[in-house]
Amino acid sequence: MDSLSEYFQSYLTALESYDVIGAFWVNIQLAFWAALGSAVLGTVLALMRISPVPSFRWAGATYVNIFRNTPLTIIMTFCILVMVFQLQINLSSDFNFNFFLWAIVGLSVYHAAFVCEAIRSGVNTVPLGQAEAARAIGLSFLPAARMIILPQAFRGAIAPLGNTLIALIKNTTVAAAASVIEAAGLMKTMIEFRPDVILAIFATFAAGFVILVIPVGLLTTWLSTKLAVTR
Amino acid sequence: MTSDESHSEMPPAAPAAATGARSATPTGQPLVSLKNVNKHFGALHVLQDINLEVTKGEVVVVIGPSGSGKSTLCRAINRLETIDDGEILIDGNKLPAEGKALAKLRADVGMVFQSFNLFAHKSILENVTLGPIKVKGMKQAEAKELAMSLLQRVGVANQSQKLPAQLSGGQQQRVAIARALAMKPKVMLFDEPTSALDPEMINEVLDTMVQLAKEGMTMIVVTHEMGFARKAADRVIFMADGKIVEQATPEEFFTNPKSDRAKDFLGKILEH
Ligand SMILES: Nc1ncnc2c1ncn2[C@@H]1O[C@H](COP(=O)(O)OP(=O)(O)OP(=O)(O)O)[C@@H](O)[C@H]1O
Ligand SMILES: [Mg+2]
Repeated sequence: MDSLSEYFQSYLTALESYDVIGAFWVNIQLAFWAALGSAVLGTVLALMRISPVPSFRWAGATYVNIFRNTPLTIIMTFCILVMVFQLQINLSSDFNFNFFLWAIVGLSVYHAAFVCEAIRSGVNTVPLGQAEAARAIGLSFLPAARMIILPQAFRGAIAPLGNTLIALIKNTTVAAAASVIEAAGLMKTMIEFRPDVILAIFATFAAGFVILVIPVGLLTTWLSTKLAVTR
Repeated sequence: MTSDESHSEMPPAAPAAATGARSATPTGQPLVSLKNVNKHFGALHVLQDINLEVTKGEVVVVIGPSGSGKSTLCRAINRLETIDDGEILIDGNKLPAEGKALAKLRADVGMVFQSFNLFAHKSILENVTLGPIKVKGMKQAEAKELAMSLLQRVGVANQSQKLPAQLSGGQQQRVAIARALAMKPKVMLFDEPTSALDPEMINEVLDTMVQLAKEGMTMIVVTHEMGFARKAADRVIFMADGKIVEQATPEEFFTNPKSDRAKDFLGKILEH
């Protein structure tokens, strides 16, 4: 019993000397901005992939094939080593904030490919007749996509979009590769300096992500039934 | 994306001028005119050298066996399908290839589909007001008034706040007719508007169509409903294997078909 409370005491001092909440907050911010970025980029890509213009369709498909099949770590390292160090493209003059922004870019660019495919699977749930009826009343491609196809496609794509968001939240740990101090990076540091409570540290960070991700899963399940389009 | 909304109500200069110049159709000038239209689906020659003229106010019923190209003909007229060669003119204007000009001209051609195709995520009222507001730039209040009067006319005004899935098939199809009428089309195309309906709902839709015909709407109707053809059609066109095989008044066609294909076909549908 004594050794257990001793272990707990050591764990508490470890927690106190590091800003665990602050590190998770970085992951939350990364996930939020990258979710926005990848949603916008992914929607544009999905529009390209369903557009009547063959070269747009080709460009959209090429993007998806490249970024969906490249490991995120490579994209992230590319952003830092090539974009920042080689080409000196800085998004902010603040050293750390620059890396943070590049991490958002890397995450957005990568997950946009998955968002695009999720939306496209949603488009497949929309009967062809919806697009034909839209064209028949005189809507051209973009208005038809915006008012008729995408609203229904998003509702049909909530589950795969939720999965993409869950993957994105967990993938924010890869931002460590872009020298951003976030949860996974902090975990490594803590383990290095406090190997005595290594199990508790692992459990803390795993639990942190589970707590972040579970509501997303619950929300998407609820939304996908609530917003389902009845036909 | 919001920017193209404002553009869509403004047709490109050239086609607009052309529309203006010819908007008063002289009697006799065809409203819809197909000249030597050909269309292939791969090796299949679905439309073979189709020539067809429909004058203003005329009601034409297209009839023929499955796969004869009736739907393709309808869809070619508002360019949901492209054609390989030939010419299709709506009120003297050639159908533009793509883009805004085509979208504009499409609004002149109302289309009613076999499967209704009401916008599933929009209310009945929104289904009808969407085109006038977004394509024609009509004011919200004016569009609503127009939509309610049209819904009244087809007898579903009391359902205006519901979603399409909450209506019966017959009601949905009448809303689809109202949606097409809201664009004030010059001609209405119907592709088997009653074939997806339960028998007890067929008549409510046909009655709406007969009414429309009486009011002078130019209509091209693919249907096997002989009652409708007899009551409302000026002309029956019989299609087989991608060709127009025979055309006649309904009375003449149903009582005294000339071609063997038509006799054979009528024999088959009359058995039912
Ligand atoms: N998108 C397409 N691709 C390939 N073939 C098609 C396509 N649409 C139609 N066809 C073929 O073209 C032919 C004519 O089709 P269409 O739908 O115009 O016939 P229809 O007269 O309307 O028949 P139905 O009475 O069954 O509706 C059919 O053989 C059909 O299989
Ligand atoms: Mg058909």
